[in-house]
Amino acid sequence: MTVDAPVQIRDVSHRYAGRPALDGMSWDATAGQITCVLGPNGAGKTTVIEMAEGLRRPQQGDIKVLGVDPWRAPAAHRARVGVMLQDGGLPGSVRPLRLLAHLASLYTVDDRADLVDTLGIEEFGHTATRRLSGGQRQRLALAAALVGRPEVVFLDEPSAGLDPHSRLDVWDLVRSARDRGCAVVVTTHSFEEAERLADRVVVVAAGKVVADGTVSAVCAGNSADGDGTLESAYFALTRTARTA
Amino acid sequence: MTDAAAPAARIRAQAGFESRTLLTNGEQLLVSLVLPALALIGLAVSSAPHLGAGRRIDLAVPGVLALAVVSTAFTGQAIATGFDRRYGVLRLLGTTPLGRSGLLFAKAIAVLAIVAAQTVVLAILGAIFGWHPDAGGIVIGVVLLLLGSWVWVSLALALAGVLRAEATLAVANLIWVLLAAFGGLLVPTDRLPGGLGSVVRLLPSGALGDGMRAALTGHDTSLVGPVLVLLVWGAIGSALVARFFRWSD
Repeated sequence: MTVDAPVQIRDVSHRYAGRPALDGMSWDATAGQITCVLGPNGAGKTTVIEMAEGLRRPQQGDIKVLGVDPWRAPAAHRARVGVMLQDGGLPGSVRPLRLLAHLASLYTVDDRADLVDTLGIEEFGHTATRRLSGGQRQRLALAAALVGRPEVVFLDEPSAGLDPHSRLDVWDLVRSARDRGCAVVVTTHSFEEAERLADRVVVVAAGKVVADGTVSAVCAGNSADGDGTLESAYFALTRTARTA
Repeated sequence: MTDAAAPAARIRAQAGFESRTLLTNGEQLLVSLVLPALALIGLAVSSAPHLGAGRRIDLAVPGVLALAVVSTAFTGQAIATGFDRRYGVLRLLGTTPLGRSGLLFAKAIAVLAIVAAQTVVLAILGAIFGWHPDAGGIVIGVVLLLLGSWVWVSLALALAGVLRAEATLAVANLIWVLLAAFGGLLVPTDRLPGGLGSVVRLLPSGALGDGMRAALTGHDTSLVGPVLVLLVWGAIGSALVARFFRWSD
Protein backbone atom coordinates (compact mmCIF):
# COMPACT_ATOMS: atom_id res chain seq x y z
CA MET A 1 0.00 0.00 0.00
CA THR A 2 1.32 3.43 -0.91
CA VAL A 3 0.22 6.63 0.79
CA ASP A 4 0.16 8.69 -2.41
CA ALA A 5 -1.48 6.12 -4.72
CA PRO A 6 -4.23 7.76 -6.81
CA VAL A 7 -6.63 4.92 -6.05
CA GLN A 8 -6.77 3.64 -2.48
CA ILE A 9 -9.21 0.94 -1.42
CA ARG A 10 -8.95 0.38 2.34
CA ASP A 11 -10.69 -2.41 4.23
CA VAL A 12 -13.95 -1.98 2.34
CA SER A 13 -16.92 -4.18 3.24
CA HIS A 14 -20.36 -4.17 1.72
CA ARG A 15 -23.41 -6.44 1.89
CA TYR A 16 -26.35 -6.91 -0.47
CA ALA A 17 -29.47 -8.17 1.28
CA GLY A 18 -27.34 -9.59 4.07
CA ARG A 19 -24.94 -11.38 1.70
CA PRO A 20 -21.34 -10.11 1.80
CA ALA A 21 -20.20 -8.66 -1.55
CA LEU A 22 -16.97 -7.14 -0.23
CA ASP A 23 -15.26 -8.44 2.86
CA GLY A 24 -12.47 -6.13 3.99
CA MET A 25 -11.05 -5.57 0.51
CA SER A 26 -7.89 -3.44 0.21
CA TRP A 27 -5.70 -2.57 -2.79
CA ASP A 28 -4.11 0.41 -4.51
CA ALA A 29 -3.61 1.56 -8.08
CA THR A 30 -0.47 3.56 -8.77
CA ALA A 31 0.14 6.40 -11.22
CA GLY A 32 1.85 5.31 -14.43
CA GLN A 33 0.77 1.69 -13.99
CA ILE A 34 -1.93 -0.56 -15.37
CA THR A 35 -3.62 -2.45 -12.55
CA CYS A 36 -5.73 -5.39 -13.72
CA VAL A 37 -8.43 -6.62 -11.36
CA LEU A 38 -9.26 -10.28 -12.01
CA GLY A 39 -11.88 -12.41 -10.35
CA PRO A 40 -14.84 -14.68 -10.99
CA ASN A 41 -18.39 -13.34 -11.36
CA GLY A 42 -19.71 -12.24 -7.99
CA ALA A 43 -16.22 -11.75 -6.54
CA GLY A 44 -16.88 -8.05 -5.89
CA LYS A 45 -14.96 -6.50 -8.82
CA THR A 46 -17.83 -4.44 -10.20
CA THR A 47 -19.01 -3.40 -6.75
CA VAL A 48 -15.65 -2.03 -5.66
CA ILE A 49 -15.00 -0.34 -9.00
CA GLU A 50 -18.42 1.33 -8.90
CA MET A 51 -17.53 2.62 -5.45
CA ALA A 52 -14.25 4.04 -6.75
CA GLU A 53 -16.20 5.67 -9.60
CA GLY A 54 -18.55 7.34 -7.10
CA LEU A 55 -21.59 5.34 -8.23
CA ARG A 56 -21.99 3.38 -5.01
CA ARG A 57 -21.28 4.17 -1.38
CA PRO A 58 -19.39 1.61 0.75
CA GLN A 59 -21.04 0.55 3.99
CA GLN A 60 -17.64 0.16 5.70
CA GLY A 61 -14.09 1.12 4.91
CA ASP A 62 -12.50 3.97 3.04
CA ILE A 63 -12.02 4.71 -0.64
CA LYS A 64 -9.96 7.61 -1.94
CA VAL A 65 -9.43 8.49 -5.58
CA LEU A 66 -6.91 11.31 -6.08
CA GLY A 67 -7.29 11.96 -2.35
CA VAL A 68 -11.05 12.48 -2.52
CA ASP A 69 -14.01 10.37 -1.38
CA PRO A 70 -15.53 9.61 -4.81
CA TRP A 71 -19.09 9.50 -3.43
CA ARG A 72 -18.83 13.19 -2.52
CA ALA A 73 -16.53 14.22 -5.34
CA PRO A 74 -17.00 17.66 -6.92
CA ALA A 75 -16.99 18.30 -10.67
CA ALA A 76 -13.31 19.26 -10.63
CA HIS A 77 -12.50 15.78 -9.32
CA ARG A 78 -14.73 14.00 -11.82
CA ALA A 79 -12.90 15.84 -14.61
CA ARG A 80 -9.74 13.99 -13.57
CA VAL A 81 -11.31 10.52 -13.65
CA GLY A 82 -12.43 8.58 -16.74
CA VAL A 83 -14.90 5.70 -16.67
CA MET A 84 -15.75 2.98 -19.16
CA LEU A 85 -18.77 1.03 -17.99
CA GLN A 86 -19.40 -2.62 -18.83
CA ASP A 87 -22.76 -1.71 -20.39
CA GLY A 88 -21.24 1.22 -22.26
CA GLY A 89 -23.53 4.00 -21.10
CA LEU A 90 -23.99 5.13 -24.69
CA PRO A 91 -27.29 6.73 -25.75
CA GLY A 92 -28.65 4.67 -28.64
CA SER A 93 -29.96 7.42 -30.89
CA VAL A 94 -26.85 9.60 -30.84
CA ARG A 95 -24.03 9.48 -33.38
CA PRO A 96 -20.54 8.78 -32.02
CA LEU A 97 -18.86 11.99 -33.21
CA ARG A 98 -21.66 14.10 -31.74
CA LEU A 99 -21.49 12.20 -28.45
CA LEU A 100 -17.73 12.71 -28.17
CA ALA A 101 -18.07 16.40 -29.08
CA HIS A 102 -20.66 16.75 -26.34
CA LEU A 103 -18.55 14.94 -23.74
CA ALA A 104 -15.54 17.08 -24.67
CA SER A 105 -17.64 20.21 -24.06
CA LEU A 106 -17.86 19.26 -20.38
CA TYR A 107 -14.09 19.85 -20.04
CA THR A 108 -11.86 22.87 -20.62
CA VAL A 109 -9.66 21.01 -23.11
CA ASP A 110 -10.94 19.28 -26.23
CA ASP A 111 -8.59 16.39 -27.02
CA ARG A 112 -10.98 14.08 -28.87
CA ALA A 113 -9.25 14.33 -32.27
CA ASP A 114 -6.44 11.95 -31.25
CA LEU A 115 -8.91 9.47 -29.78
CA VAL A 116 -11.10 9.52 -32.88
CA ASP A 117 -8.04 8.93 -35.01
CA THR A 118 -6.42 6.20 -32.90
CA LEU A 119 -9.62 4.26 -32.35
CA GLY A 120 -10.84 4.62 -35.94
CA ILE A 121 -14.11 6.20 -34.86
CA GLU A 122 -14.40 8.40 -37.95
CA GLU A 123 -15.41 5.35 -40.05
CA PHE A 124 -18.60 4.86 -38.00
CA GLY A 125 -18.85 8.36 -36.55
CA HIS A 126 -22.12 9.24 -38.29
CA THR A 127 -23.96 5.99 -37.52
CA ALA A 128 -26.45 5.92 -34.64
CA THR A 129 -24.87 4.20 -31.66
CA ARG A 130 -27.60 1.55 -31.52
CA ARG A 131 -26.60 0.41 -35.03
CA LEU A 132 -22.91 -0.09 -34.17
CA SER A 133 -21.30 -3.50 -33.84
CA GLY A 134 -20.18 -4.63 -30.40
CA GLY A 135 -16.57 -3.78 -31.21
CA GLN A 136 -17.43 -0.31 -32.48
CA ARG A 137 -19.46 0.39 -29.36
CA GLN A 138 -16.53 -0.80 -27.28
CA ARG A 139 -14.15 1.59 -29.03
CA LEU A 140 -16.58 4.47 -28.58
CA ALA A 141 -17.00 3.69 -24.87
CA LEU A 142 -13.22 3.67 -24.46
CA ALA A 143 -12.91 7.01 -26.25
CA ALA A 144 -15.64 8.43 -24.00
CA ALA A 145 -13.64 7.31 -20.94
CA LEU A 146 -10.45 8.95 -22.17
CA VAL A 147 -11.93 12.32 -23.22
CA GLY A 148 -10.40 15.05 -21.06
CA ARG A 149 -7.09 13.17 -20.53
CA PRO A 150 -8.00 11.78 -17.08
CA GLU A 151 -5.38 11.08 -14.43
CA VAL A 152 -7.22 7.96 -13.31
CA VAL A 153 -9.23 5.75 -15.61
CA PHE A 154 -11.44 2.76 -14.82
CA LEU A 155 -11.98 0.41 -17.76
CA ASP A 156 -14.44 -2.46 -17.48
CA GLU A 157 -13.57 -5.23 -19.97
CA PRO A 158 -12.09 -2.76 -22.49
CA SER A 159 -11.35 -5.32 -25.23
CA ALA A 160 -14.38 -7.59 -24.84
CA GLY A 161 -15.93 -8.33 -28.22
CA LEU A 162 -13.13 -6.79 -30.26
CA ASP A 163 -11.43 -8.43 -33.21
CA PRO A 164 -7.66 -9.08 -32.79
CA HIS A 165 -6.56 -5.91 -34.64
CA SER A 166 -8.93 -3.66 -32.71
CA ARG A 167 -7.83 -5.30 -29.48
CA LEU A 168 -4.21 -4.42 -30.17
CA ASP A 169 -5.23 -0.82 -30.93
CA VAL A 170 -7.14 -0.64 -27.65
CA TRP A 171 -4.22 -2.06 -25.71
CA ASP A 172 -1.87 0.46 -27.33
CA LEU A 173 -4.18 3.27 -26.30
CA VAL A 174 -4.40 1.94 -22.74
CA ARG A 175 -0.60 1.73 -22.61
CA SER A 176 -0.23 5.26 -23.93
CA ALA A 177 -2.55 6.51 -21.15
CA ARG A 178 -0.31 4.65 -18.67
CA ASP A 179 2.83 6.10 -20.26
CA ARG A 180 1.63 9.67 -19.76
CA GLY A 181 1.27 8.93 -16.03
CA CYS A 182 -2.36 7.90 -15.79
CA ALA A 183 -3.35 5.30 -13.18
CA VAL A 184 -5.26 2.74 -15.25
CA VAL A 185 -7.53 0.20 -13.57
CA VAL A 186 -8.77 -2.57 -15.85
CA THR A 187 -11.29 -5.21 -14.79
CA THR A 188 -11.13 -8.22 -17.03
CA HIS A 189 -11.84 -11.92 -17.37
CA SER A 190 -9.14 -12.28 -20.00
CA PHE A 191 -5.87 -13.78 -18.81
CA GLU A 192 -4.24 -12.76 -22.07
CA GLU A 193 -5.32 -9.16 -21.52
CA ALA A 194 -3.96 -9.17 -17.98
CA GLU A 195 -0.67 -10.79 -19.05
CA ARG A 196 -0.19 -8.40 -21.96
CA LEU A 197 -1.24 -5.21 -20.17
CA ALA A 198 -0.83 -5.43 -16.42
CA ASP A 199 1.99 -3.89 -14.46
CA ARG A 200 0.16 -5.25 -11.47
CA VAL A 201 -2.57 -7.82 -10.94
CA VAL A 202 -5.11 -7.84 -8.14
CA VAL A 203 -6.97 -11.16 -7.90
CA VAL A 204 -10.21 -11.00 -5.94
CA ALA A 205 -12.52 -13.78 -4.81
CA ALA A 206 -15.43 -13.87 -2.37
CA GLY A 207 -15.07 -10.14 -1.71
CA LYS A 208 -11.38 -10.31 -0.71
CA VAL A 209 -8.01 -9.79 -2.34
CA VAL A 210 -6.36 -13.21 -2.70
CA ALA A 211 -3.27 -12.05 -4.60
CA ASP A 212 -1.71 -8.68 -5.40
CA GLY A 213 1.52 -8.14 -7.30
CA THR A 214 3.19 -8.28 -10.68
CA VAL A 215 2.03 -11.01 -13.04
CA SER A 216 5.28 -12.93 -12.52
CA ALA A 217 5.06 -12.61 -8.73
CA VAL A 218 1.45 -13.80 -8.64
CA CYS A 219 2.32 -16.72 -10.95
CA ALA A 220 5.44 -17.64 -8.99
CA GLY A 221 3.65 -17.58 -5.65
CA ASN A 222 0.81 -19.81 -6.81
CA SER A 223 2.33 -22.27 -9.22
CA ALA A 224 2.62 -25.38 -7.02
CA ASP A 225 -0.07 -27.32 -8.90
CA GLY A 226 0.06 -25.48 -12.21
CA ASP A 227 2.18 -24.64 -15.19
CA GLY A 228 3.33 -21.23 -13.99
CA THR A 229 0.80 -19.25 -16.03
CA LEU A 230 -1.51 -16.58 -14.72
CA GLU A 231 -4.43 -18.81 -15.64
CA SER A 232 -3.30 -21.69 -13.42
CA ALA A 233 -2.41 -19.32 -10.58
CA TYR A 234 -5.85 -17.70 -10.90
CA PHE A 235 -7.67 -21.02 -10.67
CA ALA A 236 -5.59 -22.10 -7.69
CA LEU A 237 -6.28 -18.83 -5.89
CA THR A 238 -9.97 -18.54 -6.62
CA ARG A 239 -10.64 -22.23 -5.91
CA THR A 240 -9.02 -21.87 -2.50
CA ALA A 241 -11.11 -18.78 -1.74
CA ARG A 242 -14.32 -20.53 -2.80
CA THR A 243 -13.75 -23.51 -0.56
CA ALA A 244 -12.46 -21.49 2.39
CA MET B 1 -4.26 19.16 -16.09
CA THR B 2 -7.73 19.12 -17.66
CA ASP B 3 -10.43 20.81 -15.65
CA ALA B 4 -14.19 20.76 -15.72
CA ALA B 5 -15.94 23.40 -17.81
CA ALA B 6 -17.83 26.02 -15.80
CA PRO B 7 -21.07 24.73 -14.22
CA ALA B 8 -23.33 26.88 -16.41
CA ALA B 9 -21.47 25.77 -19.54
CA ARG B 10 -21.81 22.09 -18.59
CA ILE B 11 -25.52 22.36 -17.91
CA ARG B 12 -26.10 24.43 -21.06
CA ALA B 13 -24.20 21.85 -23.12
CA GLN B 14 -26.16 18.93 -21.67
CA ALA B 15 -29.50 20.74 -22.01
CA GLY B 16 -28.73 21.46 -25.67
CA PHE B 17 -27.65 17.85 -26.19
CA GLU B 18 -30.86 16.53 -24.59
CA SER B 19 -33.10 18.95 -26.52
CA ARG B 20 -31.53 18.06 -29.86
CA THR B 21 -31.70 14.35 -29.05
CA LEU B 22 -35.40 14.64 -28.19
CA LEU B 23 -36.25 16.79 -31.20
CA THR B 24 -34.45 14.52 -33.65
CA ASN B 25 -36.21 11.44 -32.30
CA GLY B 26 -39.25 10.68 -34.47
CA GLU B 27 -41.35 9.09 -31.73
CA GLN B 28 -40.65 11.96 -29.35
CA LEU B 29 -41.55 14.52 -31.99
CA LEU B 30 -44.78 12.65 -32.66
CA VAL B 31 -45.77 12.73 -29.00
CA SER B 32 -44.56 16.26 -28.27
CA LEU B 33 -45.80 18.12 -31.32
CA VAL B 34 -47.62 16.11 -33.96
CA LEU B 35 -50.29 14.56 -31.72
CA PRO B 36 -51.08 17.82 -29.85
CA ALA B 37 -51.26 19.63 -33.20
CA LEU B 38 -53.64 16.99 -34.56
CA ALA B 39 -55.73 17.31 -31.39
CA LEU B 40 -55.89 21.06 -31.88
CA ILE B 41 -56.95 20.74 -35.51
CA GLY B 42 -59.50 18.07 -34.60
CA LEU B 43 -61.07 20.21 -31.89
CA ALA B 44 -61.01 23.30 -34.10
CA VAL B 45 -62.79 21.76 -37.06
CA SER B 46 -65.33 19.62 -35.16
CA SER B 47 -68.14 20.39 -32.75
CA ALA B 48 -67.62 17.42 -30.42
CA PRO B 49 -66.87 16.96 -27.61
CA HIS B 50 -68.64 19.96 -26.12
CA LEU B 51 -66.09 22.18 -24.37
CA GLY B 52 -68.51 24.48 -22.51
CA ALA B 53 -69.65 28.08 -22.87
CA GLY B 54 -67.52 30.48 -24.88
CA ARG B 55 -65.66 30.42 -28.21
CA ARG B 56 -64.65 26.82 -28.92
CA ILE B 57 -61.14 27.60 -30.17
CA ASP B 58 -60.44 29.74 -27.06
CA LEU B 59 -61.23 26.69 -24.91
CA ALA B 60 -59.48 24.19 -27.17
CA VAL B 61 -56.02 25.79 -27.44
CA PRO B 62 -55.31 26.07 -23.68
CA GLY B 63 -56.24 22.40 -23.29
CA VAL B 64 -53.95 21.42 -26.15
CA LEU B 65 -51.09 23.42 -24.58
CA ALA B 66 -51.69 21.48 -21.35
CA LEU B 67 -51.68 18.20 -23.29
CA ALA B 68 -48.40 19.18 -24.93
CA VAL B 69 -46.82 19.74 -21.50
CA VAL B 70 -47.86 16.24 -20.45
CA SER B 71 -46.51 14.86 -23.74
CA THR B 72 -43.07 16.42 -23.35
CA ALA B 73 -42.56 16.65 -19.60
CA PHE B 74 -44.13 13.32 -18.72
CA THR B 75 -44.41 10.81 -21.56
CA GLY B 76 -41.34 11.92 -23.52
CA GLN B 77 -39.16 12.41 -20.47
CA ALA B 78 -40.23 9.18 -18.79
CA ILE B 79 -39.43 7.11 -21.89
CA ALA B 80 -36.11 8.88 -22.55
CA THR B 81 -35.01 8.60 -18.92
CA GLY B 82 -36.13 4.97 -18.69
CA PHE B 83 -33.98 3.93 -21.63
CA ASP B 84 -31.06 6.15 -20.56
CA ARG B 85 -31.17 4.35 -17.22
CA ARG B 86 -31.37 0.94 -18.88
CA TYR B 87 -28.36 1.60 -21.13
CA GLY B 88 -26.23 3.07 -18.34
CA VAL B 89 -26.27 6.60 -19.78
CA LEU B 90 -27.33 8.12 -16.47
CA ARG B 91 -24.53 6.29 -14.66
CA LEU B 92 -21.90 7.32 -17.19
CA LEU B 93 -22.94 10.98 -17.17
CA GLY B 94 -22.95 10.87 -13.38
CA THR B 95 -19.23 10.11 -13.46
CA THR B 96 -18.41 13.04 -15.79
CA PRO B 97 -17.97 16.64 -14.65
CA LEU B 98 -21.70 17.10 -15.30
CA GLY B 99 -22.61 14.89 -12.32
CA ARG B 100 -26.06 13.81 -11.23
CA SER B 101 -27.36 17.19 -10.12
CA GLY B 102 -26.11 18.79 -13.34
CA LEU B 103 -27.88 16.10 -15.34
CA LEU B 104 -31.18 16.75 -13.55
CA PHE B 105 -30.86 20.53 -14.05
CA ALA B 106 -30.09 19.98 -17.73
CA LYS B 107 -33.09 17.68 -18.18
CA ALA B 108 -35.35 20.32 -16.62
CA ILE B 109 -33.96 23.04 -18.92
CA ALA B 110 -34.30 20.79 -21.98
CA VAL B 111 -37.94 20.11 -21.13
CA LEU B 112 -38.64 23.81 -20.64
CA ALA B 113 -36.97 24.64 -23.96
CA ILE B 114 -39.11 22.09 -25.79
CA VAL B 115 -42.28 23.17 -23.96
CA ALA B 116 -41.50 26.77 -24.99
CA ALA B 117 -40.97 25.75 -28.62
CA GLN B 118 -44.12 23.62 -28.83
CA THR B 119 -46.15 26.36 -27.10
CA VAL B 120 -45.09 28.86 -29.76
CA VAL B 121 -45.87 26.44 -32.61
CA LEU B 122 -49.25 25.43 -31.16
CA ALA B 123 -50.14 29.06 -30.36
CA ILE B 124 -49.43 30.03 -33.97
CA LEU B 125 -51.53 27.10 -35.17
CA GLY B 126 -54.30 28.15 -32.77
CA ALA B 127 -54.11 31.74 -34.04
CA ILE B 128 -54.58 30.45 -37.58
CA PHE B 129 -57.87 28.93 -36.38
CA GLY B 130 -58.85 32.22 -34.72
CA TRP B 131 -57.61 31.79 -31.14
CA HIS B 132 -57.69 35.02 -29.11
CA PRO B 133 -56.21 34.45 -25.63
CA ASP B 134 -57.01 36.88 -22.84
CA ALA B 135 -53.97 39.18 -22.81
CA GLY B 136 -54.01 39.49 -19.03
CA GLY B 137 -53.96 35.72 -18.62
CA ILE B 138 -50.90 35.03 -20.74
CA VAL B 139 -48.43 35.57 -17.90
CA ILE B 140 -50.52 33.36 -15.62
CA GLY B 141 -50.66 30.77 -18.40
CA VAL B 142 -46.87 30.78 -18.65
CA VAL B 143 -46.58 30.32 -14.88
CA LEU B 144 -49.00 27.39 -15.09
CA LEU B 145 -46.96 25.84 -17.91
CA LEU B 146 -43.82 26.12 -15.75
CA LEU B 147 -45.63 24.66 -12.75
CA GLY B 148 -47.08 21.88 -14.90
CA SER B 149 -43.66 21.08 -16.36
CA TRP B 150 -42.22 20.72 -12.86
CA VAL B 151 -45.07 18.44 -11.75
CA TRP B 152 -44.97 16.20 -14.83
CA VAL B 153 -41.17 15.94 -15.01
CA SER B 154 -41.09 14.87 -11.37
CA LEU B 155 -43.77 12.25 -12.04
CA ALA B 156 -41.89 11.09 -15.16
CA LEU B 157 -38.66 10.64 -13.19
CA ALA B 158 -40.53 8.88 -10.39
CA LEU B 159 -41.93 6.41 -12.95
CA ALA B 160 -38.74 5.97 -14.99
CA GLY B 161 -36.58 5.69 -11.89
CA VAL B 162 -38.48 2.70 -10.57
CA LEU B 163 -39.89 0.67 -13.48
CA ARG B 164 -37.95 -1.11 -16.18
CA ALA B 165 -37.60 0.76 -19.48
CA GLU B 166 -40.17 -1.35 -21.37
CA ALA B 167 -42.69 -1.01 -18.55
CA THR B 168 -42.08 2.75 -18.43
CA LEU B 169 -42.68 2.97 -22.18
CA ALA B 170 -45.99 1.10 -21.90
CA VAL B 171 -47.24 2.87 -18.78
CA ALA B 172 -46.25 6.38 -19.94
CA ASN B 173 -48.04 5.92 -23.27
CA LEU B 174 -51.11 4.39 -21.62
CA ILE B 175 -51.32 7.26 -19.13
CA TRP B 176 -51.02 9.78 -21.98
CA VAL B 177 -53.94 8.19 -23.85
CA LEU B 178 -56.10 8.01 -20.72
CA LEU B 179 -55.33 11.59 -19.72
CA ALA B 180 -55.94 12.90 -23.24
CA ALA B 181 -59.35 11.25 -23.24
CA PHE B 182 -60.51 11.55 -19.62
CA GLY B 183 -57.85 13.56 -17.77
CA GLY B 184 -59.38 17.00 -18.03
CA LEU B 185 -56.69 18.20 -20.41
CA LEU B 186 -58.69 18.67 -23.62
CA VAL B 187 -62.17 18.43 -22.13
CA PRO B 188 -62.96 20.61 -19.06
CA THR B 189 -63.47 18.61 -15.87
CA ASP B 190 -67.04 19.95 -15.53
CA ARG B 191 -67.85 18.39 -18.92
CA LEU B 192 -66.66 14.89 -17.93
CA PRO B 193 -69.37 12.27 -17.33
CA GLY B 194 -70.82 11.39 -13.92
CA GLY B 195 -68.66 12.09 -10.88
CA LEU B 196 -65.45 11.73 -12.90
CA GLY B 197 -64.91 15.48 -13.08
CA SER B 198 -64.70 15.95 -9.31
CA VAL B 199 -61.98 13.26 -9.14
CA VAL B 200 -60.06 14.44 -12.20
CA ARG B 201 -60.07 18.00 -10.84
CA LEU B 202 -57.72 16.71 -8.13
CA LEU B 203 -55.30 15.21 -10.66
CA PRO B 204 -52.46 17.30 -12.10
CA SER B 205 -53.90 16.82 -15.59
CA GLY B 206 -57.31 18.21 -14.67
CA ALA B 207 -55.75 21.03 -12.66
CA LEU B 208 -53.43 22.00 -15.53
CA GLY B 209 -56.17 21.82 -18.17
CA ASP B 210 -58.74 23.75 -16.13
CA GLY B 211 -56.10 26.24 -14.98
CA MET B 212 -54.92 26.97 -18.52
CA ARG B 213 -58.49 27.43 -19.76
CA ALA B 214 -59.32 29.73 -16.83
CA ALA B 215 -56.18 31.83 -17.29
CA LEU B 216 -56.35 32.21 -21.06
CA THR B 217 -60.08 32.97 -21.14
CA GLY B 218 -59.76 35.61 -18.42
CA HIS B 219 -61.41 33.66 -15.56
CA ASP B 220 -58.52 34.25 -13.14
CA THR B 221 -60.71 33.87 -10.05
CA SER B 222 -61.01 30.10 -10.50
CA LEU B 223 -57.25 29.53 -10.52
CA VAL B 224 -56.62 28.95 -6.82
CA GLY B 225 -57.79 25.34 -6.84
CA PRO B 226 -55.75 24.24 -9.89
CA VAL B 227 -52.60 25.97 -8.60
CA LEU B 228 -52.92 24.32 -5.19
CA VAL B 229 -53.47 20.90 -6.78
CA LEU B 230 -50.37 21.35 -8.97
CA LEU B 231 -48.26 22.44 -6.01
CA VAL B 232 -49.31 19.38 -4.00
CA TRP B 233 -48.59 17.01 -6.91
CA GLY B 234 -45.24 18.70 -7.55
CA ALA B 235 -44.28 18.16 -3.92
CA ILE B 236 -45.44 14.52 -4.07
CA GLY B 237 -43.58 13.86 -7.33
CA SER B 238 -40.36 15.48 -6.08
CA ALA B 239 -40.52 13.50 -2.82
CA LEU B 240 -41.03 10.26 -4.77
CA VAL B 241 -38.01 11.02 -6.97
CA ALA B 242 -35.82 11.85 -3.97
CA ARG B 243 -36.87 8.64 -2.24
CA PHE B 244 -37.16 6.04 -4.98
CA PHE B 245 -35.25 7.14 -8.10
CA ARG B 246 -32.55 4.59 -9.02
CA TRP B 247 -29.77 5.62 -11.40
CA SER B 248 -29.29 2.11 -12.77
CA ASP B 249 -31.36 -1.04 -13.27
